[in-house]
Amino acid sequence: MTAIKTENLTKKYKDKTVVNKLNLEINKGELFALLGVNGAGKSTTIKMLTTLVTPTRGDAILFGKSIVSDRQEVKEITSVSPQETAVAQNLTVKENLQLMAKIYGFKGSQVDEKVAEIMAKFDLEEIAKSKAKTLSGGWQRRLSIAMALISEPKILFLDEPTLGLDVLARRELWEQIEKLKGNTTIILTTHYLEEAESLSDRIGIMNKGVLKAVGTATELIQLAQTEDFEQAFVKLSKEAV
Amino acid sequence: MKMLAFATRNTKEILRDMLTLLFGLGFPIILLLLLSAINAGIPKEAAAASTMFQIQNLTPGITVFGLSFMSLFSSMLISKDRTTSFILRLFTSPLKPKDFILGYTLPLLPMAVVQTAICYIVSLFLGFEFSANMLLALVVNIPMSVVFIALGLLFGTILNEKAVGGICGALLTNLSAWFSNIWFDTGLVGGWFKTVADILPFSHGVNAGRYAVSGEYSQIMPELIWVIGYAVVLTVTAIIVFSVKMKRDK
Repeated sequence: MTAIKTENLTKKYKDKTVVNKLNLEINKGELFALLGVNGAGKSTTIKMLTTLVTPTRGDAILFGKSIVSDRQEVKEITSVSPQETAVAQNLTVKENLQLMAKIYGFKGSQVDEKVAEIMAKFDLEEIAKSKAKTLSGGWQRRLSIAMALISEPKILFLDEPTLGLDVLARRELWEQIEKLKGNTTIILTTHYLEEAESLSDRIGIMNKGVLKAVGTATELIQLAQTEDFEQAFVKLSKEAV
Repeated sequence: MKMLAFATRNTKEILRDMLTLLFGLGFPIILLLLLSAINAGIPKEAAAASTMFQIQNLTPGITVFGLSFMSLFSSMLISKDRTTSFILRLFTSPLKPKDFILGYTLPLLPMAVVQTAICYIVSLFLGFEFSANMLLALVVNIPMSVVFIALGLLFGTILNEKAVGGICGALLTNLSAWFSNIWFDTGLVGGWFKTVADILPFSHGVNAGRYAVSGEYSQIMPELIWVIGYAVVLTVTAIIVFSVKMKRDK
């Protein structure tokens, strides 16, 4: 089953085309990594898919809902963990999770159940009463992803989830992301190539607003005729559009 | 429910910033105590000639002046949120622009009423005799609270965190003081100053409060209607500007 299908998705800012006729299909339960150097159009693509930015042309259908004409419905089934840690600093871990559960329509005992469930999943029980601002970067990021997941989104957008984290914190988050695979459709953007290679089912490489290649890490290495994924990424990213 | 969840979060954010909260609630009380002490020190003949700082006139004025801190609260909260990824997360959630504006406004309204009530309670210790009209004054101050909250939302939406401190913390506080009939009679200055004071809502808000506590009920609405008009226009403007900025900031 197709979770996301983009149809000539295009975004222009004045004369500059940031995303150009993007055609992409992502399957339900797939973890899809979107890679590209700075300015490749990854963030703008994510912003369009999450309804933050309106496309100049084209559309994307997320589980049958259009990002152009069904914006509110799209918001109900998607969730985002932004690049920077997106938590309410003066609220406790539990309050942050309760807030998101209520905003996504959970009521009464449902809220408590969802919060307990997600806290157990992300090992947040011990710090439930700690204010978000007192947590380390790694724990804040973990909370941020938990907040994105509490609404049980059909599609989760993870924008640079491990940026700025130390190796241990990054590995721990990878484990958490691995657990989500298969249940939730995940779109991951990252600058860490090993992260994309290790976690993703498929990878899309963007360059100057154009989707240059899509496939598994192995397929992309074969396509670029290189020895490893990093070389493949460099080669595919450098090729003229 | 969604809006209330967001409003609850904002209430907690404000209440947990103790320094701002204490300053906002405490400063009007300090002014009330200070000016009452000064008034007590003025010779009787001079005090009789100028009734401005007598407790029954001073208290309604100080309650309106105190409300200007609501602008600071709302503008700081919203401008601070705009700098964080947290607001981006909320923009992708099912919350709508009206949920944001109501969510920012609702927590501040009870705080405004509490602030006004505290001023009146303190005034009782300074010789102001209790009457039911004080309760009416609490209600009469609500439109003025909305004016200040909406101004805060408007400035918080268009300015950054640093700028709102200057605009709402200094400029707006001073403007609302100068043109409000609290510290001096704008009629004595006359000319364009009096015209501007009459056009702006501040003096009307103070006058409405004074008429409420003095029991001159028929005089309240002609003053309050100005304030209500400003409250409606500023709130609608804040919603429109927030909606536009919500799209642009992404």
